[in-house]
Amino acid sequence: MSQPVLKIENLHVAIEGKEIVKGFDLEIHGGEIHAIMGPNGTGKSTLASALMGHPKYEITEGKVTFLGQDLLEMEVDERARAGMFLAMQYPSEIAGVTNSDFLRTAINARRGEGNEIPLMKFIKKLDEKMALLDMGEEFATRYLNEGFSGGEKKRNEILQLMMLEPKLAILDEIDSGLDIDALKVVAKGVNAMRSPEFSCLIITHYQRLLNYITPDKVHVMMQGRIVKSGGPELAERLEAEGYDGLKKELGIEEEEGTVEQEA
Amino acid sequence: MATEMKNLHYDTSYLENFSGRRGEPDWFLDLRKKGLELAQTLPLPKPEKTRIIGWNFTQFEHELPTRTVDAVADLPENVRSLIGQGEQSGNLLVLHNGSTAYATLSEDLKAKGVIFTDLATALRDHGDLVKKYYFSKAAKLDAHKLTALNAALVNSGLFLYVPKNVDIEVPLQAVFWLDHDNGGLINHVIIATEANSSVTYVENYLSTTNSGQAVANIITEVYVGENARVQFGGVEYLSSDVTTFINRRGYVGRDGNLQWALGQMNDGDLITETYSELAGDGSSVDTKAVSIGRGTQKQNFVNRIKHYGKNSTSNMLIHGVQREEAQAIFNGITKIEHGASKSDGEQTQRVLMLSSKARGDANPILLIDEDDVVAGHAASVGRIDPIQLYYLMSRGIPKNEAERLIIHGFLEPVVSQLPIEGVKEQLAAVIEGKVQ
Ligand SMILES: Nc1ncnc2c1ncn2[C@@H]1O[C@H](COP(=O)(O)OP(=O)(O)O)[C@@H](O)[C@H]1O
Ligand SMILES: [Mg+2]
Repeated sequence: MSQPVLKIENLHVAIEGKEIVKGFDLEIHGGEIHAIMGPNGTGKSTLASALMGHPKYEITEGKVTFLGQDLLEMEVDERARAGMFLAMQYPSEIAGVTNSDFLRTAINARRGEGNEIPLMKFIKKLDEKMALLDMGEEFATRYLNEGFSGGEKKRNEILQLMMLEPKLAILDEIDSGLDIDALKVVAKGVNAMRSPEFSCLIITHYQRLLNYITPDKVHVMMQGRIVKSGGPELAERLEAEGYDGLKKELGIEEEEGTVEQEA
Repeated sequence: MATEMKNLHYDTSYLENFSGRRGEPDWFLDLRKKGLELAQTLPLPKPEKTRIIGWNFTQFEHELPTRTVDAVADLPENVRSLIGQGEQSGNLLVLHNGSTAYATLSEDLKAKGVIFTDLATALRDHGDLVKKYYFSKAAKLDAHKLTALNAALVNSGLFLYVPKNVDIEVPLQAVFWLDHDNGGLINHVIIATEANSSVTYVENYLSTTNSGQAVANIITEVYVGENARVQFGGVEYLSSDVTTFINRRGYVGRDGNLQWALGQMNDGDLITETYSELAGDGSSVDTKAVSIGRGTQKQNFVNRIKHYGKNSTSNMLIHGVQREEAQAIFNGITKIEHGASKSDGEQTQRVLMLSSKARGDANPILLIDEDDVVAGHAASVGRIDPIQLYYLMSRGIPKNEAERLIIHGFLEPVVSQLPIEGVKEQLAAVIEGKVQ
């Protein structure tokens, strides 16, 4: 098999001195879609944020290789330009910066000086992707995520994904807070990206989204590491039995202070 | 007889000569003399938390060389680039060192009785009308030394008059351009609108001096008639050698509406106040202002609103960026007087600090003498949010570019309000230049 797109080895991540991700391993190859499922508070967002380079998360141990490069040595923007994309669980709002100015700046940052995307080509692409995501034209001129509803923010993350065409997309709870129609729209966007050059890591609490985007592999994360991996059937089993059945099977004890809460 | 002011080489005979050569009416000369007298006795203004002792407000050359041009094309590029194109051109006044260099007003507006001319011309042709508004309800001559000085030595100015029921669709533009080292721009702008009229006015202050000694003393009076509407856009980029005093004052009649959109992008030391008096019932004002401080510049921004009328509404949005070793104080004062029932005053002041050596203070003040009102304020001084920066960078945007986007976004509320494309672009370009 070819070199993996992403290779994570024994990753440990701490936030404010507290270790959250504890020895995480994963390999994703070109064209694969992986899903990570797990109870709330188990470290899924921490993993995703650490991979993107969020300033608050500290990597205490481990190695991550992205397209043959040492990911942990790269700045956030370098990671993005190398082809990584994170659809965030809680995207920021930036007042005064229109969605379309932001997107054009991001695309041009990737293309480099002297190779900027022609304006007409950009507008055409933006119109096309917004239509596919059922987004009204006004979203191009609205300020980035400002005053967007939860669902609109999620759609806007997928819009960015489609405009930026990364090699690896990490989707952190892209399904939370979406009704079934919106979920289908988001899935349509992701499915439209599917190709041997595009890999995806879907982080979710529920199996629901996986009805619309069929993953190649499913991993269950608990207490900061992967505790079980399998195919799409693993997601269905979790949906039927919940996480408790798996915990019992694997002999995992509730940790002191870990409280289950709805996202 | 000669009332020699300390550090100021002017006396009444100088004023008589100066005024006589300009053909000014007697009442105006009288106000000059009164101003000169008061300028010697009145104290400087006392801007809170900014020491202005030692700032040069009085040393400057008063009579400046000027030139006129026949066409916009003959103006220098930095002036020309500001000027509206197409539908936004045609009503323009360019003052070079205080005197008209170029003026144009559409026949349509002339026919409707609109007056748009420099102050000296207005005094000759419409003296009585100017008298009605000059240092009238909006501004006081005897407020302090600098207002008196303005009256004594005014050498530049503009008079805009909009008669009753006249709606002006296109913007009127003025450019005040100072290019004389050690020059003193003593400017007085009057905008007077009658009932049920509307106008959009945009002014630019531009200096290309570099002596370290120039002075700008600017008073602006805006009269909003009953049920009239005035949109006032202003962009200032006076250079670092200009010490500046700017006092803009609006007086709003019943159901009148005044909107200020100010880009205060000067590079020199500055004290400025934008004051709006909501005199009439149902009157409203919207004040939006942005600024960038850099270098070692010291600035004091006061935005003040007074509610007298019932059901009067005010909004204030002040955004300032502070870089390098710049210091600035932002005071937002909303006062609701007794009797101004059912009024609503809201203010927000935000300061974005880009350097650990810069200083910025935002002081929100609400003074309320009436029970039946709504009022609110928000003020903050902070740095660029690292999480916002992370979000933009996660899309591949380099850090400095991401910061630029955030700063432009922070100043956008005013940039987007400016009604002339050239002025908008120029402000965006000045912002760009100032944040690099
Ligand atoms: N900014 C933070 N400060 C302190 N603790 C945090 C922070 N973010 C997350 N945590 C903690 O880290 C743990 C894992 O959180 P997270 O990665 O968001 O879990 P998940 O995405 O799996 O729901 C939780 O116990 C949470 O409280
Ligand atoms: Mg999460």
